[in-house]
Amino acid sequence: MEVSVQQADFDAGAEIAALSAGDTAAGAVASFVGLVRGDGEVAAMTLEHYPGMTEAALAEIVAQARKRWELRRIRVIHRVGRLLPNDRIVFAGVASSHRHDAFAACAFIMDYLKTQAPFWKKEELTNGAQGGRWVDARESDDLAAARWRE
Amino acid sequence: MALKILYFAGLREAIGSGMESLELPPGVTTVAGLRAALGQSHPALLAAKNLRAAVNQKMVGMEAPVADGDEVAFFPPVTGG
Repeated sequence: MEVSVQQADFDAGAEIAALSAGDTAAGAVASFVGLVRGDGEVAAMTLEHYPGMTEAALAEIVAQARKRWELRRIRVIHRVGRLLPNDRIVFAGVASSHRHDAFAACAFIMDYLKTQAPFWKKEELTNGAQGGRWVDARESDDLAAARWRE
Repeated sequence: MALKILYFAGLREAIGSGMESLELPPGVTTVAGLRAALGQSHPALLAAKNLRAAVNQKMVGMEAPVADGDEVAFFPPVTGG
């Protein structure tokens, strides 16, 4: 299983180990763990997604990465539901024969996930503001994804 | 066959519903046309800046075609990761 959308936490160390376990052709594993940033005024956040499309979009991003680089195992995990500051939110891990492909594919997966996968974050504020606040998309994320198309 | 329409995130809250089912309105052939038609009863759809859409769970542009039986989703720009 390459892609998971789940409420439960994940064990990043175990996921990294599994990316290369028994695969003697793997020479590099690159991984990324995204965390909920507190920023002082954020008490919690809730992640909404589009069941069905989310899994398909993540699988498509993984497929695109495989077309661009020589990759071995890939694992993408994204959590949904209510999360607290410092909680793990996303894992992307890529195994490859060489470090360049692993690093690049891992960054590509995260940049595409940020702009193509249907997740939305809503923050609960420490001042208790009614209803919370939907996070706005950032132009810098669009630019980060666009650089892979140049 | 009816269209299945889905709304997500802030748009879902503004509309007050996450899903509805309806017949393809007469003359509607694209996502943009559907947005305009649905906007009659959901002004939030027209007011939304940078509205995004998916047809049958694939992200598409507003010019994309829609047909009977499609699943069409409207939502704000995504903010995962």
